[in-house]
This record gives sequence, structure tokens and C-alpha cells, in this order.
Amino acid sequence: MDITQKVIEIIAREQHLDPSKITEDSKFVELGIDSLDGVNILFALEEEFKVDIPDSVAQNMKSVHQVVDSLTRVLEGKDISDLVAMAKGEAPAAAAR
Amino acid sequence: MIPQGRNVRRVVITGIGVFASTGKDSETFFQNLLEARSAVRRICQFDPSSLSVQIAAEVPDYNPADYFPAKRLDLLDRFSQFGLLAAQEAMTSSGIEVGEEERPRFGVVSGTGMGGANTLDNEYLNLYRHQATRLHPFTIPRMMHNAATSQMCMEFGAQGPSFTTATACSSAGHAMGEAFHLIKYGMADIMLAGGSEAPITYGMIRSWESVRVLATGNGDPRRACRPFSADREGFVIGEGAAMLLLEELEHAKKRGARILVEISGYGLSSDAGHITQPSVDGPARAVRMALEEAQVAPDEVDYINAHGTGTRLNDVTETQVIKTVFGAHARKLAISSTKSMHGHAMGATGAIELAATAMASERAVIPPTANYTGPDPECDLDYVPNQAREKPVRVAVSNSFAFGGLNAVLLIRKFE
Repeated sequence: MDITQKVIEIIAREQHLDPSKITEDSKFVELGIDSLDGVNILFALEEEFKVDIPDSVAQNMKSVHQVVDSLTRVLEGKDISDLVAMAKGEAPAAAAR
Repeated sequence: MIPQGRNVRRVVITGIGVFASTGKDSETFFQNLLEARSAVRRICQFDPSSLSVQIAAEVPDYNPADYFPAKRLDLLDRFSQFGLLAAQEAMTSSGIEVGEEERPRFGVVSGTGMGGANTLDNEYLNLYRHQATRLHPFTIPRMMHNAATSQMCMEFGAQGPSFTTATACSSAGHAMGEAFHLIKYGMADIMLAGGSEAPITYGMIRSWESVRVLATGNGDPRRACRPFSADREGFVIGEGAAMLLLEELEHAKKRGARILVEISGYGLSSDAGHITQPSVDGPARAVRMALEEAQVAPDEVDYINAHGTGTRLNDVTETQVIKTVFGAHARKLAISSTKSMHGHAMGATGAIELAATAMASERAVIPPTANYTGPDPECDLDYVPNQAREKPVRVAVSNSFAFGGLNAVLLIRKFE
């Protein structure tokens, strides 16, 4: 399964948008996604992928790319402490692409 | 006691919006009332087979997608949808255009008894039965009691005094009364006021069943609610919304608005007695307060749109209230309960009924009490049985007496 495609599909569904208008480079602000919409998308992602995404990571998801990146790492069980720290403004985003 | 005099501002109704079981616009709604058509039917929103009460006054053939875009609907519980639809008609029919600079003087006060009952019912079903470990993030913004009010404020750009009232069956009465006073005492010039309710869920009907106040006429739904009749069996739950556009008189005149009626009295009180049984004293004080504020003598009142639920207790008590306040004039008054047709729409019902009262005054025709089968010795007044009556309505009163003993009464005058 291509995570990027799945994420785009979910965002399109939840926002009632045309999926062809969303790319990996799309930023939430460009798609008209506000903070409450973001929470809704997060809920849908957690349901779909059966994972828990920590609030501190979730707050930093402002683009399709950031969502895919965070989700991939959560799914692979990777250490995401640097993402958490970055979200809290405690450390540079060394590991983020 | 209540400030009077020439400096007090007058308040008029310049727009009416109704989205209810008996009609999805005010005109259809009122015509159906005049023809004594009940909207009560077997419940369609879910399978009611396991309930002992299987009937309600539902908004028929309602498909939200016909009215709202999908993205908008995500955040709208059914009670907010109804509120917005009623408010839209009130705004459109009033012809008002609220300019940017006027928005801080434009507010919304809307009542609801049960708030987002559908949302809560669905999410609790997921939580308890389906063992969901997380609930939808829109649960709170959809279900909160002020959701409908806030959605209306956003839709119409109302930035002035706005809030939600939740006093069970008096919610809309209090909402309209408070909005009336906000204009009268200078805190706003334009108010949308009314109520919305969508309480027809499995959980809600089950809960109401347990109170043993609902009519169970499953075999003949349209005739189930028979207020003031000797063989009445209780009320029927309804849904819907009504919103009225209230305006300061000079503001309305200046823009050449069509003035429907004037609101000139509001009375409110608490029984402080019993949580479900009504008293005579509490409601009577509310009616008197409304008369006093309007400076109207009891014998000037032509019509009372009764709370008239159709329960054994309410109808007897309300009859006593009317006799206590109006004395000999009680027998000359026309009284009707339109709940016999649109059901008891809880926190919306007072607004639906004030809409009917205002239209009755404007058109000089009183909607009947439908399904009237014959007098109860303790309910022996003129309840306008079964047939609408052409009669001038110069002054009318609309009663709301709630579970919890909180009463709200509004008085309107024909505008002259």
C-alpha cells in the first residue's frame, strides 16, 4: 500500500475535495484545512491505520508531506522522539527530511 | 416596577421562519394548522418497533444534502440544520440586509432543550456498544447546546449579544423574551430569536417513555395528541425550528420593513415546587408579568396559544391558570393548542407557537386545537375545537410552561 496515496485519499474524503487536486507537496493552509479539520483528518488516519499519533506530533502536521513522514515512522515503529521534541520547539529537526 | 415611558424602545417582528413537521416554510406550516392537519406519524428516523411509543411529529422527507454542502454538514447536528433553515427564511422574508457596521448590534438567541441529541446518541452507541476507543472529533462542536446559535451567528454575521437558552419546553420562550429585552433596553437593534430541536432518537424516546407523559396512539398517529379533550393521553414529541427576526421599531420603519406584529410583553417565573408537576401560581405570575409589561388589561387579550401539551395534568392546570388571571374574560377568550398538530418540539416549541400566534394576529384567523373529541369537566373553556376561526386578534399571549417549573410567556400586539 502506498501511504502517500492513502493519506491523500483520506484528506480528500474528509475535506470533500477532489483527490487529483492534492499532492505530496500540498500544504494544509493551501487546501483550506484549519485546526479543527486537522483534528478530523488525524482521527480518520488513526482509524484507517490503527495507530495512535501523539498530540505533539499531530500538532506539527501542516502538510501532506509531514503527515506521510510522521505516519511512516509511527507505522515502522521508529523512534519519533525528535519529531516530538521538534513539535515542542526543544530541538532542531535533524531527522526530518 | 418595570420601566415604562416614551424612552423605552419598541420591538417588532419583521420576519418569520419555520422549518417544522407541519411545514418546511412558514406559509405551508400555517396553512396546515388552519386545516387542522396533524404531522404525527410512525417514526421513520429509526426502527421504532421495540418501543411502546412509535410515533412522533417528524419533519417529513427531509434530506439534509438537499440544503447543505457536505463539508458544512459535517459540523451540523440535525437541530442546528433546522435552526439554520428557519433562520434563513426569517432573514429572507424580512428583506433585511445587515451592513458590516451594524453587525455588533445584531445577535442571535436560540433555545434548545436537548441540543445535539442525535450526535450524542450515535457517538455513545459507538462507544458503549461498538467499543470504540475514540470518538469523532466533531462530537463536541456538533452536540453542544449552543451549536445552533453559533452556526446562525456565523451564517448571518451576527456579532452582537448572543447565547442559548436551555429551559426544556420554555427554552424558545425565554430566548425570544430575552432577545426582545436586549432590543428594548438598547443592547441590540436586530435579533434572530427562537428555538430548534431534533429530539427523535431511540435513546430520547425511551427516556420520555419512562416519564409516562407520551401519547401511545400508535394505531392512529394523527389523532394521538388531543389537548384539552376528555380522552387525552399525553403529548407527542415533535421536531423542527422557528426563528423570528426582531427589530427595533424605528430601525424597521427606516428601512421600510413589513411589520408583522409588535412584541410588547414578556413574563417569566419559577414554580419552585416540583420538578415535573406544574403549579398554577408560577405560570399565573408569568402571564401577569407579561400583561403588566405590555400595560394590557386581561380583558384586552383575544387569543392564547396554550402550552396545551395534552397531558392529564398540564391541560387542567393551564385552564386554572387562565381562569385565575383572566377571571370572567377566560370564557370569552379563544384558546388553542397547535401542539395537537406539530407535536411538542421541546426547546423549539415556544417559537413555533409564537410564529403561529403572530400569523394568527396578522391574518385575523386562529388555528384550531385539532383532534378535539369532547370536554373534560376540568377543561371547560373555548379551545377553538377542530376548525380555524376568523377573528381579529389585537392582543395575543403564547404560553410555555416547562418541566422544571420554569415558565415563559410572550405577549404580542397587532401593529397599528
